[in-house]
Amino acid sequence: MAYNLKQEMNKPERFLGGHRLCAGCGCGITVRAVLRALDPEDKAVIANATGCLEVSSFMYPYTAWQDSYIHTAFENAAATCGGVEAAYRVLKRKGKIDDSYKFITFGGDGGTYDIGLQSLSGAMERGHDMVYVCYDNEAYMNTGIQRSSATPRFADSTTTPVGSVHQGKPQNKKDLTEIMVAHGIPYVAQTTFIGNFRDLHEKSRKAIYTPGAAFLNVLSPCPRGWRYPTEDIAAVVKAAVDSCVWPMFEVENGVYRLTYEPRHKLPVADYMRLQGRFAHCFKPGNEWMLEQAQQWVDEKWNALLEKCTNT
Amino acid sequence: MKQAKDIHESIRWQDMTPGCEIYEGGTSLLTRTGEWRVVTPQWLKDKCKQCLLCTPFCPDSAIPVRDSRRQDFDYDHCKGCGICAKVCPFSAIEFKEEV
Amino acid sequence: MSIRERLSGNEAIAYAMRQINPDVMGAFPITPSTEIPQIYSRYIADGKVDTEFVAVESEHSALSTCIGAEAAGARAVTATSSAGLAFMWELLHVAASSRLPITLACVCRALTGPININNDHSDAMNARDAGWIQIYAENNQEAYDNYLQAMPIAEHPEVRLPIMICQDGFITSHSVENIELLEDEKVKAFVGEYTPENYLLKHENPLAVGPYGVSAYYMEAKMAQAQAMVNAKQVILDVGRSYAELTGRYYGLFESYCMEDAEEAVVLIGSSAGTARVCVDQLRDAGRKVGMIKVRVYRPFPGEELAEALQNVRAVAVLDKCESYSTHGGPLGTELRSALYDAGLHPLLINYVYGLGGRDFAVTDCAAVFDALDKALETGSAKPIYRHLGQRGGDLRGV
Repeated sequence: MAYNLKQEMNKPERFLGGHRLCAGCGCGITVRAVLRALDPEDKAVIANATGCLEVSSFMYPYTAWQDSYIHTAFENAAATCGGVEAAYRVLKRKGKIDDSYKFITFGGDGGTYDIGLQSLSGAMERGHDMVYVCYDNEAYMNTGIQRSSATPRFADSTTTPVGSVHQGKPQNKKDLTEIMVAHGIPYVAQTTFIGNFRDLHEKSRKAIYTPGAAFLNVLSPCPRGWRYPTEDIAAVVKAAVDSCVWPMFEVENGVYRLTYEPRHKLPVADYMRLQGRFAHCFKPGNEWMLEQAQQWVDEKWNALLEKCTNT
Repeated sequence: MKQAKDIHESIRWQDMTPGCEIYEGGTSLLTRTGEWRVVTPQWLKDKCKQCLLCTPFCPDSAIPVRDSRRQDFDYDHCKGCGICAKVCPFSAIEFKEEV
Repeated sequence: MSIRERLSGNEAIAYAMRQINPDVMGAFPITPSTEIPQIYSRYIADGKVDTEFVAVESEHSALSTCIGAEAAGARAVTATSSAGLAFMWELLHVAASSRLPITLACVCRALTGPININNDHSDAMNARDAGWIQIYAENNQEAYDNYLQAMPIAEHPEVRLPIMICQDGFITSHSVENIELLEDEKVKAFVGEYTPENYLLKHENPLAVGPYGVSAYYMEAKMAQAQAMVNAKQVILDVGRSYAELTGRYYGLFESYCMEDAEEAVVLIGSSAGTARVCVDQLRDAGRKVGMIKVRVYRPFPGEELAEALQNVRAVAVLDKCESYSTHGGPLGTELRSALYDAGLHPLLINYVYGLGGRDFAVTDCAAVFDALDKALETGSAKPIYRHLGQRGGDLRGV
């Protein structure tokens, strides 16, 4: 059935207001969109890594989740979700429960790219029937904008501050989506929210309804950490995909497919200019930073195009 | 079963739920995060074409939709981020300073 | 009629697990507990149980899996030792504070530094303040009996706490001894089904687990958890009595051996009790009034009961198979000393750290401890009050 925003928005909300995410937080947008891909009659259990989303969405006694929810720690959301899914399988087999459940885990880039990578890798390799969604806001935002392996090169973070000697993060961003592809799981996709949310919605549906383990990486900007005016999130995200900094693609049973190709590929600088974390890159004498950022994005983009053509 | 509305900062330890569990969904609606707002959206109904593009962009689920039509803002939970006004193609949302 | 068998401690635990047939097992191999998931996997492969075995990539994920599964409404079990338990540390607290009655078979082994695979209690003792019930076995029979009682204790509505069933690595886990086993139906009837009131997969209402708790709630949450541990004591005794009705084997919070008229006593935990019992017998034969207390339940700590059992003793040696580096003694010694203080009792008390990393504890070692108590009584002084036993080179300096 073709995607229809107006019909999708009629679904009962599964992530409710009153949570304590910052105004304009990208991860709230991501969570709503992912959960909207669930059929309303299906139940879900949400697992969540410690992070912004967790401390904001379940502060005793206030849960923003309509579904059952479990948080245990920072680095083990995937294993926790795997445990819930294992329980579901056995209780269903023993006839102790009747309902149909889906299992969705949310973690930020800290809980996913870094401290939770082992747990994620294990859960994906074991093939639990679950979706792991990374809301990637490219730093440890909950503790105050420290760098993660998802932070892009040159970004100013509180542990890679711009000073007289050092100029932001020295390393490039880790390519977690590729690492997840290498697990050989049935479905991996990278996406974010642009336009009418079709890309994010369709990938969420596939991820949720493909049997076995699935992984979604969703760019979810943080206005505070990226330093752009809160209301500009849609423009920032659009620039990320149009500059190919954040390509939108999916890998279904090993087959790559590009789901969005910008009509006019924007210079990476047009994306970086929107954000205060890259402000120093635009100072005279720092042109090399923009050049290197562009070069890296081009290399990654070309490699991706090749994979999309050849598989 | 204990409900979130009966749990508040003056209850005794005996009246806490074991393990701090909660047995309902969506109890966050009991809190009014709309109080954080410094600018307030105004929905200009006559300009609105009901395209609903604003609705999925709200991080606070504060633009209710009924029968494929958006309703007025949930001011109890809108934090006034301003995203909806920026994504509206018809300038049907305006932000005003809180007074 | 019960079944007579010969099993090692690990085999006994795996056997008990098979009889219970828990819903989910999450486990990762580590010496000396590896055999438990290994034997259990064989049961699964042969269709003897229908447990979901989640062969995780670490102990951290093993306990995370159990937490997820138990919260979902399943009965979840794991087994580990040493570094594995240490790797679970953060989640031990999460399991307890989320009030999830997971059962963990702990096969006690030294902690690394230097790496060592042999027995002491430093793994389990380092987890003593994590909010888990801890019950220690002397031998394979007790490991089996304790395991069958674990779930009725932990899942009791007044308790709802995770439970650690501890035995000594290799000494108990790998030694094959005679054992009396219950028939499968009797075990199933005794342990019963896990029927939590609320769980993630409940049809009627959702469940949210693991919130952020602001200061206004945190103290109250911890208080409720502490009360659950207080409640556990009576439940342990009650379950123990039901188990005794079924099997004729009763275990209380601790075992007193030859304590009726004892003037000197050793207090210890685990397999060393067998050695101490032989030593007590020999010294009794020689006319000395000595006794032994073997602590079975360490959490909740039976402080008052132990003090009462020691009220007529003039000199006590508390043996800790764990160093705490407090420079004041091991965990059992410190807590027992505190319990005696509250009871107004002041026997001469020496706290020994012994048996670390598998260091042997022979009857002669135990006799040397009683000799030291004799000397303390003779001189009127227990100093140094904190000693190591069995090491080369004598006592600590400056204690």
